Amino acid sequence: MEEELDSNFITVGNIKTEKSVIMNVEDCNVYYGDVHALKNVNMEIGKSEVLALIGPSGCGKSTFIRCLNRLNDTIDIARVTGKISLDGQDIYSDYINSSGNMDVVLLRARVGMVFQKPNPFPKSIFENVAYGPKIHGLTKDKQDLNDLVESCLVKVGLWDEVKDRLEDSGTSLSGGQQQRLCIARAIAVQPEVILMDEPCSALDPIATERIEDLISELKQNYALVVVTHSMQQASRISQRAAYFHMGNLVEVDSSEKIFNDPSHALTTNYISGRIG
Amino acid sequence: MNNINSSDLSVTKLIEKSLEKRNQKERYFRIYGLSSLVIAVVFLLTFFASIISTGYQAFIKTDIELEVFLDSEVIYPNGTKTAEDLFFVDYDSLIFTSLKEQLPELKNRNERRQARLILSSGASYQIQNKIIKDKSLVGQTVSFILPLDDEVDMYLKGYVDTESSENSRKITDFQIALVENLNKKGLIHKNFNTTLFVSGDSREPELAGILGALVGSFMMLSITFIISFPLAVSAAIYLEEFAKKNMWTDFLEVNINNLAAVPSIIYGLLGLAIFINFFGFPRSAPIVGGLVLSLMTFPVVIIASRAALKSVPPSIRDAALGLGASKIQTTLHHVVPLALPGMLTGSIVGMARALGESAPLIMIGMVAFVVDIPTSITEPSAALPVQVFLWSDAPERGFAEKTSAAILVLLVFLVLMNSLAIWLRNKFQIKW
Repeated sequence: MEEELDSNFITVGNIKTEKSVIMNVEDCNVYYGDVHALKNVNMEIGKSEVLALIGPSGCGKSTFIRCLNRLNDTIDIARVTGKISLDGQDIYSDYINSSGNMDVVLLRARVGMVFQKPNPFPKSIFENVAYGPKIHGLTKDKQDLNDLVESCLVKVGLWDEVKDRLEDSGTSLSGGQQQRLCIARAIAVQPEVILMDEPCSALDPIATERIEDLISELKQNYALVVVTHSMQQASRISQRAAYFHMGNLVEVDSSEKIFNDPSHALTTNYISGRIG
Repeated sequence: MNNINSSDLSVTKLIEKSLEKRNQKERYFRIYGLSSLVIAVVFLLTFFASIISTGYQAFIKTDIELEVFLDSEVIYPNGTKTAEDLFFVDYDSLIFTSLKEQLPELKNRNERRQARLILSSGASYQIQNKIIKDKSLVGQTVSFILPLDDEVDMYLKGYVDTESSENSRKITDFQIALVENLNKKGLIHKNFNTTLFVSGDSREPELAGILGALVGSFMMLSITFIISFPLAVSAAIYLEEFAKKNMWTDFLEVNINNLAAVPSIIYGLLGLAIFINFFGFPRSAPIVGGLVLSLMTFPVVIIASRAALKSVPPSIRDAALGLGASKIQTTLHHVVPLALPGMLTGSIVGMARALGESAPLIMIGMVAFVVDIPTSITEPSAALPVQVFLWSDAPERGFAEKTSAAILVLLVFLVLMNSLAIWLRNKFQIKW
């Protein structure tokens, strides 16, 4: 079943979103040295929707998600071509802020990220959430900051659990709590898009359920792109789903279509559990 | 079914067989490890035993208690009583008058000369200093605790073989008899050797101390820390966090590793050529020593700091960058605090190495005989390891125990610095 896709392969399904577009990806290619990790990806990401990225390990999901906030820049050998825009502004061609173009710092403030392994800073719980607003100067005074931290912790359902120990280290929390803290940290900067790279893979089913509920709530205000290995999870939380295979975006469509009646044979195989 | 059972049995047997081998390997490995540890400990203990056994007596010194009549006719022979006069008094004769009262058996000039040599030449300075401090003492009889000559000190500490021929030792039979006489009268005391810690170097072992060397070493280490820590840490942060990995940085890395292994005497030559010959800094001064030791410590701290930065998990960098922190914010707010304990430990270990370094200091002239305690970083000064080198080379027997004592002091400082490194590491280590 290891069939190579043609290099001119065109994604099947519908790359357009029904909602209004927030991010648009055109002909995105990523190379790690000589390795062509992501091939000709075209896709729209819509406001107020959850886009699930599925596919076997090493298919390019994480590479793709790290293009959207330019975190691939931190890898010396990574090279990204093509055009990715946020609200019509190209995030790669130029990032000099003063000239009105996208600054990588501004981009990452607008496109937040939650990682696979919970990675709270080894600082207090309060400081973890307050760090983003502090560096970006989002709050007027101490009271403002306290309110923001509280509202973020309330949104992720962590407030009641930690309100009495905000000064404890973020790393003293359980795995599920840590991941919710990381989500609170991400939304404290009030981003427009939140990228989640397998946010539940290190968590138990109960913690996973809480994160999934949280994702469904966050969808009201943010665009979410979630990488997941669990098809059940993808079908539960997402409105659209994209299937990646060996660096190609094979199929993207509404979740209903992808999980019930996929168009491409590779997607069918993956969904039915024959590969991956 | 039968088949599976029998094969199961053989697998168990195979594992048991291999287990025997594995256990034996483990036993051997433990024996190797344990025996190498034992060898190391034996060497260490021998080293300490040898130094402590030769050095512990240096912390004790023998003094003589004498009632000295401060005869105003001897002190002010012209009757002018000016302060300058006090520097030219024959204090020796005052001491000798007092000594004669205790030893009435002295007959001829030779015997008197030998009796005078029982006391250190520093004894007269002690009386002079006391009188300069308090002139009202003139005309009174004052009790002094005066240092004995180093040969007498050696005899009283049991280093002199009285059975050997008189020509083979510096202390004569007659002097031994005098000392025994004084000892019987209870005039000779053994005290803690404060001289060792409050004076500079001297030609006389009983007057020599390590304070000058301690102050010099302290000044140099301070300069070394102030210069090399910030520079090396900045260099490490730049190389580790900001510089792109390419041929140029690889080249730099090889060179830094090389510099860390360059023999220290080369740094001394470099310091001599640059700081003294080119910039005209004073010879033998702690400022030059500190600069040379900074150069030497620099690559060691860079390597340690880079290792500390490397050990910070990348997930922390991702977390900060993902929030929109700039590269410098990520580094200063998150990475450096996590790496700081490792950086501090590395630099203290580097500084401990610098403290024990003598070769480069010899090259820049710190091997000079300096009596005064330095009061500024541009004054000539000694350094602890060089003091050890100088004393170990001195012919007087009294310097042998002084050498061991100086080594012990150096070791104590090394232990303190390394303990500080561990303490700092534990204190600043962020628990996960």
